[in-house]
Amino acid sequence: MTQRLWPLAVYFFLVIAMVAGMIGLSYVIGQRHRERETGQPYESGIVPTGTARLRFDVKFYLIAMFFVIFDLESLFIISWAIALRQSGWAGYIEILIFISVLVAALVYLWRLGALDWAAGKTEKER
Amino acid sequence: MNPYLFGYLAAAIVGLSAVALTRKNPVHAVLLMIVMFFHLAVLYLGLGAEFLAAVQIIVYAGAIMVLFLFVIMMLNIKEEIEGERFTGGWPLGISLASGLFLLLIIMTGNVLPGQQGIYTAQVIASQTDTKALGSVLYTQYIFPFELASLVLLVAVVGAIVLAKKKLR
Amino acid sequence: MNFFEVVFQPGIMDIIVKMLIILVKAVVVVGVLMLHVTYATYFERKSIGHMQVRLGPMQVGPHGLLQPIADFIKLFFKEDIIPAGADKPIFFIAPVISIFAGMTAISVIPFFNGFVIADINIGLLFILAMSSLNAYGVMLAGWASNSKYSFLGSLRSSAQVISYEIAMGLSLVGVMMMSGSLNLSDIVRAQERFPGGFYWPQALGFFVFMVAAFAETNRTPFDLPEAESELVAGYFTEYSGMRFALFYVAEYVGMILMSLVAITCFLGGWDGPFAIPYVPFAWLFLKLYFFIFLFYWIRATVPRYRYDQLMALGWKLLIPLALLNILGTGLVKVLLR
Repeated sequence: MTQRLWPLAVYFFLVIAMVAGMIGLSYVIGQRHRERETGQPYESGIVPTGTARLRFDVKFYLIAMFFVIFDLESLFIISWAIALRQSGWAGYIEILIFISVLVAALVYLWRLGALDWAAGKTEKER
Repeated sequence: MNPYLFGYLAAAIVGLSAVALTRKNPVHAVLLMIVMFFHLAVLYLGLGAEFLAAVQIIVYAGAIMVLFLFVIMMLNIKEEIEGERFTGGWPLGISLASGLFLLLIIMTGNVLPGQQGIYTAQVIASQTDTKALGSVLYTQYIFPFELASLVLLVAVVGAIVLAKKKLR
Repeated sequence: MNFFEVVFQPGIMDIIVKMLIILVKAVVVVGVLMLHVTYATYFERKSIGHMQVRLGPMQVGPHGLLQPIADFIKLFFKEDIIPAGADKPIFFIAPVISIFAGMTAISVIPFFNGFVIADINIGLLFILAMSSLNAYGVMLAGWASNSKYSFLGSLRSSAQVISYEIAMGLSLVGVMMMSGSLNLSDIVRAQERFPGGFYWPQALGFFVFMVAAFAETNRTPFDLPEAESELVAGYFTEYSGMRFALFYVAEYVGMILMSLVAITCFLGGWDGPFAIPYVPFAWLFLKLYFFIFLFYWIRATVPRYRYDQLMALGWKLLIPLALLNILGTGLVKVLLR
């Protein structure tokens, strides 16, 4: 195993070195100036007001939460896919139930409107 | 596994966790945690548990930490961290953690090694640990596995219930 | 034992030679990759130009051939501006994460039979793991910039990237089942029995993968995070100079990575209809150029999606399709066991 890790480590450090070299070189030869408006965030020419870290829709948090759950499930599915020959029919039925539960969760989210992003939907359209 | 590599990894994991704990800026702490997870993954790789190493990065570094970041960004914690709300409970936290650590030290002497099964290190190395894990999980541990899917379903419902007021 | 004996004892020379070979291989791959990234920008400007009945870059060198090199050199002389109120360490590190994620994932791709930097057993999972780090580059860049455009762009982009990551992971499960392995060289060898590769027995998976790949790399029709007309440049609005270039390079590395994964998993990798003597990597690169062209072609053809359509496509169409593909492939494989 360590035999195979060496090339990976060498490659890792090479990439890091390349990126560091690029940034370092541009730091040395790049121009520098500081005026009144240099550090101003870009807002199409208007002076920014308030904080840039706006409060955002709770849906983004929900998507992150679903991502964790579905990511976990996909890893379970991957471990089954690799051991497909060993587990046979028992494994297939098992994963069928597993995926059904997953689909049930998806349908639940769908029906509840957690996957809809358009804000303008009325009750009728739903 | 090379003892020097192990020493470095162990020291880095403990050190990075300690540094992450003491950061005032939660986003910096999350970044340090990700670096720490990478060290943990290399540790798993060195022990021949390749699948676990990948899971460590995909699930912990790739998914759970993203969720953390979303929560931090949503609460805009940077301004609230100064207050007592998030930091007030530290004496309780430290006493709980040290109690658990003490328990761990006491218990390590009494741990009984389980009986050796058919999956020795050589067997696992010959058929790759992903395959070994899958074939055990999907033949011997059918019930716990299905239970896991229900637990995940509960998590989906829980997340929705928390956010439901906003959705409607 | 003195220094001389340590250096020249049997074994040590062996290790040094091996390390040198590894180093040379890594340098070659990184060099070839960077060259391709540089010229992918030229290729994009040229092909989109011709599709819009323009000529594209023409001034620097014959047919503008030296344009990307001129651009690259120019960027070294540009100022690296940090916006006021930015979180400096995170602002610095975000583009590095982006490019690091893409570049390291390429290390497990076999370029031809036997030539791969890291021949690890979990190759495909390694790629998924590394590309999942992409979300951080995007999120942290937007958060650290302290600019509204950046913040909104990064929010959008990270939600998009993580949504399509699930579809992408699931679309590759079919390939894992067909080959019974996660090692990319094994996956290519398993495709020898299927003329052309897994793209026809895994047509559904291939489709889901390609759509997810376009969304993961933030390319048109899914380039919402950098939708110029509404968000200026999305999460890297505030970046300038070399750090901007790093994001730019990361985007092209991502495109090359996604093309390489598609080729390795669905189109037979280094294999071709007939062997080309002396250039074992010829087929892989021909396929790669085709895929890169596909990215540009679609950019020139298809308009941008709306955000709600984009999220609906990922969750309501691609994930169910990928699950269907998994169950179907699994059924066939178990029946034929």
